[in-house]
Amino acid sequence: MWLPNSKIYCIIVKTITLDGPSENKLTLHIVFILQNSEDIRCKCICPPYRDIEGQIYKQNVSLKDCNCLHVVEPMPVDGKDVEAYCLRCECKYEERSSGTIKVITIIRYGDATIIMYLSILGLLLLYMVYLTLLEPMLKRRLFGHSQLIQNDDDVGDQQPFANAHNVLSRSHSRPNVLNKVEHAQQRWRRQVQEQRKSVFDRHVVLS
Amino acid sequence: MFRFWKRANWKYTILGGGERMDNAGYNTGSFDGLHQVSDDVDDDDEMVDIAGATLDFSNTDDDPPLNSGGYEEHSPGRGMNGAGGPTAMMDPLEDPVPGVGTYEDFNTIDWVREKSKDRDRHREITSKSKESMGALLHRISDAFSGWLLMLLVGLMSGALAGGIDISAHWLTDMKEGVCLNGFWFNHEHCCWTSNEPTFKERDKCPDWKSWAELIVGTGEGGFAYVVNYMMFMFWALLFSFLAVTLVKSFAPYACGSGIPEIKTILSGFIIRGYLGKWTLIVKTITLVLAVSSGLSLGKEGPLVHVACCCANILCHLFTKYRKNEAKRREVLSAAAAVGVSVAFGAPIGGVLFSLEEVSYYFPLKTLWRSFFAALVAAFTLRSINPFGNSRLVLFYVEFHAPWHLLELGPFILLGIFGGLWGALFIRANIAWCRRRKTTLLGHYPIVEVLVVAGVTALVSFPNSYTRMSGAELIKELFNDCSLLDSSQLCRYKQDTNATAGTSAGNGLADRPADSGLYTALWQLSLALLFKMGITVVTFGMKVPSGLFIPSMAVGAIAGRLLGVGMEQLAYYNHDWAIFRGWCTPGADCITPGLYAMVGAAACLGGVTRMTVSLVVIMFELTGGLEYIVPLMAATMTSKWVADAFGREGIYEAHIRLNGYPFLEPKEEFEHKSLAVDVMRPRRADPALAVLTQEGMTVEEAEALVASTRYSGFPVVVSQESQRLVGFVLRRDLLISIDNARQRQEGVVSSSQVLFTEHPPAQAADAPPPVRLRSLLDLSPFTVADHTPMDITVDIFRKLGLRQCLVTHNGRLLGIITKKDILKHMAQMANRDPDSILFN
Repeated sequence: MWLPNSKIYCIIVKTITLDGPSENKLTLHIVFILQNSEDIRCKCICPPYRDIEGQIYKQNVSLKDCNCLHVVEPMPVDGKDVEAYCLRCECKYEERSSGTIKVITIIRYGDATIIMYLSILGLLLLYMVYLTLLEPMLKRRLFGHSQLIQNDDDVGDQQPFANAHNVLSRSHSRPNVLNKVEHAQQRWRRQVQEQRKSVFDRHVVLS
Repeated sequence: MFRFWKRANWKYTILGGGERMDNAGYNTGSFDGLHQVSDDVDDDDEMVDIAGATLDFSNTDDDPPLNSGGYEEHSPGRGMNGAGGPTAMMDPLEDPVPGVGTYEDFNTIDWVREKSKDRDRHREITSKSKESMGALLHRISDAFSGWLLMLLVGLMSGALAGGIDISAHWLTDMKEGVCLNGFWFNHEHCCWTSNEPTFKERDKCPDWKSWAELIVGTGEGGFAYVVNYMMFMFWALLFSFLAVTLVKSFAPYACGSGIPEIKTILSGFIIRGYLGKWTLIVKTITLVLAVSSGLSLGKEGPLVHVACCCANILCHLFTKYRKNEAKRREVLSAAAAVGVSVAFGAPIGGVLFSLEEVSYYFPLKTLWRSFFAALVAAFTLRSINPFGNSRLVLFYVEFHAPWHLLELGPFILLGIFGGLWGALFIRANIAWCRRRKTTLLGHYPIVEVLVVAGVTALVSFPNSYTRMSGAELIKELFNDCSLLDSSQLCRYKQDTNATAGTSAGNGLADRPADSGLYTALWQLSLALLFKMGITVVTFGMKVPSGLFIPSMAVGAIAGRLLGVGMEQLAYYNHDWAIFRGWCTPGADCITPGLYAMVGAAACLGGVTRMTVSLVVIMFELTGGLEYIVPLMAATMTSKWVADAFGREGIYEAHIRLNGYPFLEPKEEFEHKSLAVDVMRPRRADPALAVLTQEGMTVEEAEALVASTRYSGFPVVVSQESQRLVGFVLRRDLLISIDNARQRQEGVVSSSQVLFTEHPPAQAADAPPPVRLRSLLDLSPFTVADHTPMDITVDIFRKLGLRQCLVTHNGRLLGIITKKDILKHMAQMANRDPDSILFN
């Protein structure tokens, strides 16, 4: 699968179909791009030699051509000194990851890892902002002021999640899918609140 | 045949004994603890979920009753388990009650019970497999599932570690500038193909713009410097702020290094949610932020936590591991090995780390599995190739310069330095963390992180050795100066008359230092002082923070300084007797990079007290087997020196600070106390709360449970004789009585609670009894009252017991729990026994 010096992208599309017990057929498309030609290099570092400054050379050549004679261009010394000069150079063949596995459905040329990292980070931040700012506001609109004032005695009231108990008790009445999701979410929020209490307020664990 | 299954599950009903945690917050002894459990437990996030059944009450009848014939003879025998199960008639109530046999949060598991549960399960699968093809396949897949799980853990952790490496590298460079031909490239990859970089300035290329170049248009001059400085501080503060708020909002358990807690969990403690998916996500994301914010911390320790989270989450895919706490801990041990394997690119070192440092129970099978998982993880990471140099770590070095026997002297000096630094660091850090735990400081985690990050950024920017990330600094220091290097540390005076060119690349003769090198040296000295100070306050803050990299950096700086000093000393004093034999003019006799490496190992050894695993990790990092002896000498010295100031490493110190119930296997128990001195009740206390096997009503039992806070109760024949029948757990008892009241007809408060095999004759109009014999642990461990404590401690340690009953002439006298032992040990060592918080 390793293609040295490929000038074109090699695209392999795999389609995996999983047969579930129900009619739901899950189809996954996995697309790999192997070895973008920009992702290999041969790097030669040549130390100062006589009156020639040290220099770094980079060429896009395959592993077998990765030596001083192929990469150092233009050769700073003339014929008889080439061997002496080249002896001191160190050439390394390197490949990097940016092109090895890319999910192009996400982005064409970008480094998938960074994009993925940023999207998860962004989602988390958005969710945090939602829980801290927007939700209390919505709640206030929906349920009026009174219920929020009720748990003022709660320790982490300014925190997100603070009104978890409140919603939990309310959501028992209407059992449907949406409520189940909300219930699970509230349960999680209550757990986080518990954790936060033990870590940040009481300092019993992880200090 | 219900019996067999039930006994398999319940035989060793859990532990309990001693009081529950004194802390009121955890005192869920009241009955609503039960309901809370049913709420919480079926979540994936749980460290523990219900063994044997989900808590979905409607579901219980579908649980495999295993009522095919032929198991009666497999009475689940452990040697010590004398009591053969009674072949009582079936009773609808003896259906397994969901929730029985599980543990509460912040409690300790009973290894004996869990292990025998697994053995029974295994035995049953084995004997069944002879019957049908399907069962045979089941057996095979069951045997295979452990390896499959290891494969998955390795793949997942390797992939995550690769992602963390790439993202952290990119985000770190983000503090200085941005790449114009693709913002996702870090500095090095931005200049990957460019031919602009020169020999002297290797990271210059037109695509990479520093913030000053982008904002004010020029990269030179005082104003540009100030702009860069400001941007550096801005990003550092932003990253650390994001990290700490995310941790605080979504997963408080994601903070810290995680190794002390993993160690405690592996010894049998339960912290729900500590290895859950939210912890995993948040720890992965914030680890990158914390590392890139320039704080003096590393990603290696947290990677162990990340790998353990992966393992715990993947355990949910396999019933064998989902339902058994002991089996799951075997997987977690292997996951710890995976964590180190990907952190340092050292698979063998990882396995040894797990064995030496974190694991409590490490059978050979786990050794092989860790080996396999570490291999898979390292392979995955290698195929991701996060650094683009085909290495697994940034600071991989490769040099083969020989060393002379006389150099052992300086190496041992480095060992002494490492030991002193380790001892000092532990003292200072624990004092600081205690301050955080007890004073107002702990109430402002966000402010604390921001202040430390601000100070770190402010001080570190002017000095190029503190500005770069810890891993890069170590890379620079480990590097051996060859002709090809142009860093400041390699500014030696060129030897004008030497006939250079004869030797290629490496193997440069010792040369006199140039002014550039002297500048580098004093910068390094300042960096050393700064790192030593700031690491003490950084480790333990509420962001993911590892300790390996900062400790190694401190040691590497000290080592490099000593190395350069030795080199110059040898250069100017060829004629000294000690140098005469091996350091003639023109010879390459001292390698400063090697000193840096030895120093790094010594400091890390002083802080963590690792020995074997540390040396293996270091030589896997360097790929040079010839440096084992210097590394061993330095590590051993550092351990001796550090141990002279205090026996515990940083992780044990943190475990003790938090009061986790961790029975240190390394510590000797040397006092002459007896079991009777340690057991509860003490002489002045009221008698032990016991249940009788018959004659108690539901109401009386509930009153007894409600009036105490113990997590388990011995069952005796009668109050007068006090002869022991078995042991029952509070949690099981409560769940079962509650279940009986709800589901069994006719049970009222005056019903009898029976622990006997056969119900005694009752009046015809009496309400039906509640039969709870299946809850009973019929083979509780007992010791005589005059058993010396050192033997008792050994029993606890080796078998992983939770509690042990004390008898005198066959009569039940009292109970010893793990917590009692820990308290007793603390008392003997003149520490506060109330520091042990958890059961």
